Amino acid sequence: MATTGTPTNITQGSKTKGGIGESTLRPDGTLKVTGEFAYSSDMWHEDMLWGFTLRSTVAHAEIVSIDTSEALAQSGVYAVLTYDDLPTSIKNYGLEIQDTPVLAHGKVRHHGEPVALVAADHPETARRAAAKIKIEYKELPVVTDEGSATADGAPLLHEGRDDHHAGHVPHPNIVHRQPIIRGDAAEAAKKADVIVSGEYVFGMQDQAFLGPESGLAVPAEDGGVDLYIATQWLHSDLRQIAPVLGLPEEKVRMTLSGVGGAFGGREDLSMQIHACLLALRTNKPVKIVYNRFESFFGHVHRHPAKLWYEHGATKDGKLTHLKCRIVLDGGAYASASPAVVGNAASLAVGPYVVDDVEIEAVALYTNNPPCGAMRGFGAVQACFAYEAQMDKLAKKLGLDPVEFRQMNAMEQGTIMPTGQPVDSPAPVAEILRRVKARPLPPERQWESSEGADVRQLPGGLSNTTHGEGVVRGVGYAVGIKNVGFSEGFDDYSTARVRMEVVGGEPVATVHTAMAEVGQGGVTVHAQIARTELGVAQVTIHPADTQVGSAGSTSASRQTYVTGGAVKHSCELVREKVLELGRRKLGTYHPAWATAELLLEGGKVVTDGGEVLADLVDVLEGEAVEVEAEWRHRPTEAFDLVTGQGNGHVQYSFAAHRAVVEVDTELGLVKVIELAVAQDVGKALNPLSVVGQIQGGTTQGLGVAVMEEIIVDPKTAKVRNPSFTDYLIPTILDTPTIPVDVLELADEHAPYGLRGIGEAPTLSSTPAVLAAIRNATGLELNKTPVRPEHLTGT
Amino acid sequence: MDFLRPASWEEALAAKAEHPTAVPIAGGTDVMVEINFDHRRPEYLLDLNRIGDLSEWEVGEKTVRLGASVPYTKIMENLRAELPGLALASHTVASPQIRNRGGVGGNLGTASPAGDAHPALLASGCEVEVESVRGRRMIPIDEFYVGVKRNAMQPDELIRSVHLPKADGPQQFSKVGTRNAMVIAVCAFGIALHPETRMVRTGIGSAAPTPVRAKEAEDFLAAALDEGGFWESGAPIPPSVAKQFAQLASGACNPIDDVRGSAKYRRHAVGIMARRTLGWTWESYRGNERSAQCA
Repeated sequence: MATTGTPTNITQGSKTKGGIGESTLRPDGTLKVTGEFAYSSDMWHEDMLWGFTLRSTVAHAEIVSIDTSEALAQSGVYAVLTYDDLPTSIKNYGLEIQDTPVLAHGKVRHHGEPVALVAADHPETARRAAAKIKIEYKELPVVTDEGSATADGAPLLHEGRDDHHAGHVPHPNIVHRQPIIRGDAAEAAKKADVIVSGEYVFGMQDQAFLGPESGLAVPAEDGGVDLYIATQWLHSDLRQIAPVLGLPEEKVRMTLSGVGGAFGGREDLSMQIHACLLALRTNKPVKIVYNRFESFFGHVHRHPAKLWYEHGATKDGKLTHLKCRIVLDGGAYASASPAVVGNAASLAVGPYVVDDVEIEAVALYTNNPPCGAMRGFGAVQACFAYEAQMDKLAKKLGLDPVEFRQMNAMEQGTIMPTGQPVDSPAPVAEILRRVKARPLPPERQWESSEGADVRQLPGGLSNTTHGEGVVRGVGYAVGIKNVGFSEGFDDYSTARVRMEVVGGEPVATVHTAMAEVGQGGVTVHAQIARTELGVAQVTIHPADTQVGSAGSTSASRQTYVTGGAVKHSCELVREKVLELGRRKLGTYHPAWATAELLLEGGKVVTDGGEVLADLVDVLEGEAVEVEAEWRHRPTEAFDLVTGQGNGHVQYSFAAHRAVVEVDTELGLVKVIELAVAQDVGKALNPLSVVGQIQGGTTQGLGVAVMEEIIVDPKTAKVRNPSFTDYLIPTILDTPTIPVDVLELADEHAPYGLRGIGEAPTLSSTPAVLAAIRNATGLELNKTPVRPEHLTGT
Repeated sequence: MDFLRPASWEEALAAKAEHPTAVPIAGGTDVMVEINFDHRRPEYLLDLNRIGDLSEWEVGEKTVRLGASVPYTKIMENLRAELPGLALASHTVASPQIRNRGGVGGNLGTASPAGDAHPALLASGCEVEVESVRGRRMIPIDEFYVGVKRNAMQPDELIRSVHLPKADGPQQFSKVGTRNAMVIAVCAFGIALHPETRMVRTGIGSAAPTPVRAKEAEDFLAAALDEGGFWESGAPIPPSVAKQFAQLASGACNPIDDVRGSAKYRRHAVGIMARRTLGWTWESYRGNERSAQCA
């Protein structure tokens, strides 16, 4: 079969031990930097067709008619599909609530919703044919915020909804509501000497991953389909795809292809079902690749949010209570909204001790673009608000903002507002101390003898200032993020590990369905196998659905959970290898029966360091293989009235200090430095850990000063779906990011590790905002900050 | 779509005469974006990349003849002394990769108010050399921009070069974007002092339907400098003069609200940039240059 760009085994050797704790290099690193890595968009198959998706041009409308005849008549077109062509009675999909139509039926609910599919022998032919499909829309009024969504007579996004949240929400345009009530906030407020409140607005952020949605579906002789795809969770996709196709899951064989980043944006399906439908209809391989414009419509975004917060404190700086209400805009379909609500509510208080709270979080159904998972997942929006509140309180009390935070910082043993005790290290005060203790970068560099380097000033090479109007500001923030799937979800991973002799050397093969989206799981799995099995050579099998689920590459969970599964399976393999050794060689040395045995450096050794055998001799002629599931500690659902419950597995903490220069006349910002301190439990790969922390920090910076999808409030249409007008930080916008890594072991987690990917995204944004407030004296309740906000224009 | 690849300038003119709807393409900075976004499907693309002359420049006694396709990178590297304003503007064009391909011919052909070269071209007082099979003519830059994304060219004409007076005094360029690099202008401002003629020329980008000069501001400043004997004395410009100049520059704007910025902000920012760039150029004229180091 002539196919290119599909994944192959990655064998990683190492002359050193290459185990956990070492900064072994990524096997895909050089390939990616030099442009050699095959992404899902690079795949090619002989005789393949190109799929194209026709999307709605309006946000809310009845579909009066669809005429595909002209498109079908165009030469080179093999198929045109609409809702009527869906093969089974299952026509919707969704992560938790199956409310998203594979193709629109009777109605479109947001701008850019898929309405029809075309397969043709050339991408441009497909695009032109799609342009010939005639759709008559009858536009409907749009709902775009809480007021319009819950007004009397508001159009309902999903009439007659009967999902498991429908019964407890106050309005059918509210996806899910989670209150958390603990203590008596009204009574506790009476003890407060100062009370501060504020309304905060968080803009819609895009994941802006590098590789747009793409994949290749190849029809198989058995009537099934092979799907090569860039995703975050193969088995979750499979569960949603197979019923729509009317195929048993074993006939939809999925293989992860090269993923160009994810950040939550690949948790929901995009073109998966579409490519399979076209492949099965035409009996030809079908490739679909979104361009950047379509990608903005092809995945969910971070929930924009409005957050109302009230805190009180005593005059000696002790927090008395919190009342807050968080309104997340989920857009037209549910996606991950219910879980985002759970996170926002349960983490709304931040990493602080507050015994008396009244918290409410809701997600809306509106005609805005659907929103769902993105790095930080509900905790980001809350952190933006509570950290602004902490600064306001400190100011009102005349206290240092860091000391005030430290006075109220949670620690191991603190009880969360959900009633759950924090049962592993929570060094919140310590990470704040560390970022504060760093020396500050020198001030007013432009007055030095070398003169101004505009790259170090607001505006950069645009040459807007040589120091005029520029004011320095410093700000701090700290955040708390849960690790792993919460609220009673059965969050397990599977790993198949095989050990055998290849070319005279013992080799371990690790096979999981973990989506490598850039986080470095393929490196870490090899390190774990080396540590547990004492081999130098480890082969990472391509991720596919021929092995059990590895869960999602999200929620900072993969090193913890799939890493945990690899460790667990390695341990089982080790037991089998030792048994094999005892059987084959046990009579040669009494220690086989009596000592604690380890696998190290390709040999079986006693815990005293005595070598008993070469692994090659033990494994000669035999292979040992184990596939096993592994679970972290179970969690519980939050009570729907009180929010009480042991809902989370583990917490992750990061603190930032931002140093900014603000051109106060032009309203331009240059972030000079973003120092981070984060507890990671155990750094399995220190280099990757620092990379994750710097990446998360930069993503947080982006939404502080530039990143926002702008939706027209009158039409609910997206106004800036391109990298021309949706700006993400360039290297000139990215400051120095010194990282201080703490390793305080969590005894409940494999190797004591802590999930790390999301925490740095939380506190980065409010730290930058705090620094800009410090420079300008402005309140700044909205992110991203725009020049207009800083100049009153 | 037909792709025409003339080997010489004469062939290019003939092709354009035969197919007046043909869209010229050189670096492709604007044209490829429009094609990729499917905003435009020209019947003919006229590839000018085989015409080497378009990527050449000549430094004469008084002027620089800058080929339409000379990439921005070359301007930055080779013409900083002769065309300082345009060199500064070139720095702000897109990314290094695009600066290696794009040239001022594209900016002029598209005539978008957001083109980064325009403020510097207006401030320099250049002329655009255009040609067709009917002949060659020079269009003064002040007459070049005639409407939103419209210029004074005839359908059969091509841009051959731009003739820019060599700088006879300090020039500056400043652009506001919401990112520190690789950003489309929210608004931009260019200024050139012309001590020989005792003139001041300016250019404003992205703050009106076309690139415009702030003529009232120029006239006011020229008069103030003249009357106060500043050209001779080299004395600092009084803050009141700078302020008035900034206000008049701001008043020359006729901006809109869009996704990149508000009209009010654009007016405000142009005023700030006018005041600052005047300060930098005047300090430079006075010989106290503390020039910004640019990469």
